[in-house]
Amino acid sequence: MQPLFLNRYAIASAAGIGAADTVHALGAMRSGLAPCRFETASLDTWVGQIDDARLEPVCGKLGAFDCRNNRIAQLCLRQDGFDDAVVQARERHGAQRIGVFIGTSTSGILETEIAYRHRDAAGALPAGVRYATAHNAFSAAWFVQEYFGLGGPAVVVSTACSSSAKAFGTAARMIAAGACDAAIVGGVDSLCLTTLYGFGSLGLLSAMACRPFDAARDGISIGEGAAMVLLEKTPSQAGTVALLGIGESSDAHHMATPHPEGLGARMAMQAALHSAGLDAQAIDYVNLHGTGTRTNDAAEDLAVRAVFGEATPCSSTKGWTGHTLGACGAIEAVVCALAVERGFMPGSANTNALDPGLSLHYLLQTSARAPRVAMSNAFGFGGTNCSLVIGRAR
Amino acid sequence: MKAFVEGVAVLAPGLEGWEAARAVLAGERPYEPAALAPPVPALLPAVERRRTGKVVKLALALGQEALAAAGREADAVATVFASSGNDGEVINDICIALASAERQVSPTRFHNSVHNAPAGYWSIATHSHRASTSVCAYDWSFALGLLEALAQAGEGAVMLVACDVPYPEPLSGLRGVTEPFGTALVLTGERTPRSLAVLELSPDEAARRPSTMASPALERLRTANPCARALPLLAALADGASGVVLERNAGRTMDIDVRPA
Repeated sequence: MQPLFLNRYAIASAAGIGAADTVHALGAMRSGLAPCRFETASLDTWVGQIDDARLEPVCGKLGAFDCRNNRIAQLCLRQDGFDDAVVQARERHGAQRIGVFIGTSTSGILETEIAYRHRDAAGALPAGVRYATAHNAFSAAWFVQEYFGLGGPAVVVSTACSSSAKAFGTAARMIAAGACDAAIVGGVDSLCLTTLYGFGSLGLLSAMACRPFDAARDGISIGEGAAMVLLEKTPSQAGTVALLGIGESSDAHHMATPHPEGLGARMAMQAALHSAGLDAQAIDYVNLHGTGTRTNDAAEDLAVRAVFGEATPCSSTKGWTGHTLGACGAIEAVVCALAVERGFMPGSANTNALDPGLSLHYLLQTSARAPRVAMSNAFGFGGTNCSLVIGRAR
Repeated sequence: MKAFVEGVAVLAPGLEGWEAARAVLAGERPYEPAALAPPVPALLPAVERRRTGKVVKLALALGQEALAAAGREADAVATVFASSGNDGEVINDICIALASAERQVSPTRFHNSVHNAPAGYWSIATHSHRASTSVCAYDWSFALGLLEALAQAGEGAVMLVACDVPYPEPLSGLRGVTEPFGTALVLTGERTPRSLAVLELSPDEAARRPSTMASPALERLRTANPCARALPLLAALADGASGVVLERNAGRTMDIDVRPA
């Protein structure tokens, strides 16, 4: 594919609000996870929750979009000079030529979950629940479109935990096909009871902070957050990091369990390398999906080994952020961009003793080694797989 | 943006299958709405079939019909699933469970609650490892799904499956989807011996009046389900030729020129 440049990006998660805070947390091995005190949840698990005090209401003429998910999106849009950069891009391209491609899994469903507690005697929901602009998945892209007054194509990609990685694929295709000239690509997901109790019902929640690739790993910690990227065909300055390749595949195996040998994951990574025109040796660091469940990490270990062998440094950053579900693809793409631009390789918060049954060159401590090109993996329910190649264009 | 249509599927009240729908939409037969018989996803193993909801069953039946019409194998076709929401019955059940004291969410319902459940079951049923995406754009989900499919058509054959089914109470109070509707289109970037029509789409038109249906009953169907916004395009395919205006996000429209291939 033609490289597309990440001319500006922003990030917000439990690990850090903004790039500087996030990079500091990664360097200091400071995890954003804490025991779950979210809403009325009563579950023995940890979460990566953004401090409520940081989440300002969405107000004014955008008030209809107010919900936790869009508050997190708004927080992210206001970091790292992102909103100014989009305003300038709108001047360059015209509002109609900038598309919006956002990944989310549960959007603002929390609003509806709470409304169901307040049904009347006849079972009807209370007035005032905003389905279209809060609950519906499209709310996330619609909010970003309205926040910047954009008129290009806007769509939400909702493929569970690969959603916002795949949003980059949609953006790249739309730009290549001429449907828009630039794109805001991102992901946002927020804590809600559906995912907390849903993953709980599957027995996939760790009672501790998640420990990817640890011998004693026993599940995920759900997180929330957002990352947003301004993607353009030309770099804003020399050396700007670019999306170099993307690969997508389907497991065709099971709705909630990955293929045991990571077959679909392997196909996605190989397709991403092919799309970037690179061989495996060109990848200096792999940001794993690395959720911290027994089966996910084991399958990904086999898949990555099949593509890269055992020497390529890799790690999961979910020990910092938690598993941010539909947002993790964009969040981890931005982590890769930060790693390339600022010259570091993330380690793995909370991972103490590597599983001897896993074979990868898994980094425990964040190091000052600078990757030139990184790969980011995101896999999800339904057997959906997506790998991104992010780095400096040649 | 341009693509060739190789196969079409439709499942909606009174429009069961493309052959029947084509005759109605071309004006050769009157439209007689009748309850849509629940499709049986013969593709899925029985154990998986029991776990799937109406929207997955509808999506799988649509995909099967369109692919058969195109004469293609599933593992040779990328897929785009468009829907204005996740499975409403599953979401409703989960929200009811979460509002109860026990908060017992069924694991199967939880994994079926994801927007890409139809895509997941499609790949399991057809053993296809091909890339698949699942998109949502509220009332404009068909239009944006079509745009995604056209953007992919240059890379090989792609199938768009767009469907929604009515939501149960009380969720239906938040979102009016009153009839089931689904359609599927197999698209290619190049003309093939099976091409039926060619679509030329310009995605960036200022707001214009969207195309409507001449028949009042079909016009009611068009607005009864977000994916039924596809009806004017399907009517143009049935007719042979015409221009179609579809609404998309941001109050703008997409123009589609439909001609025989």
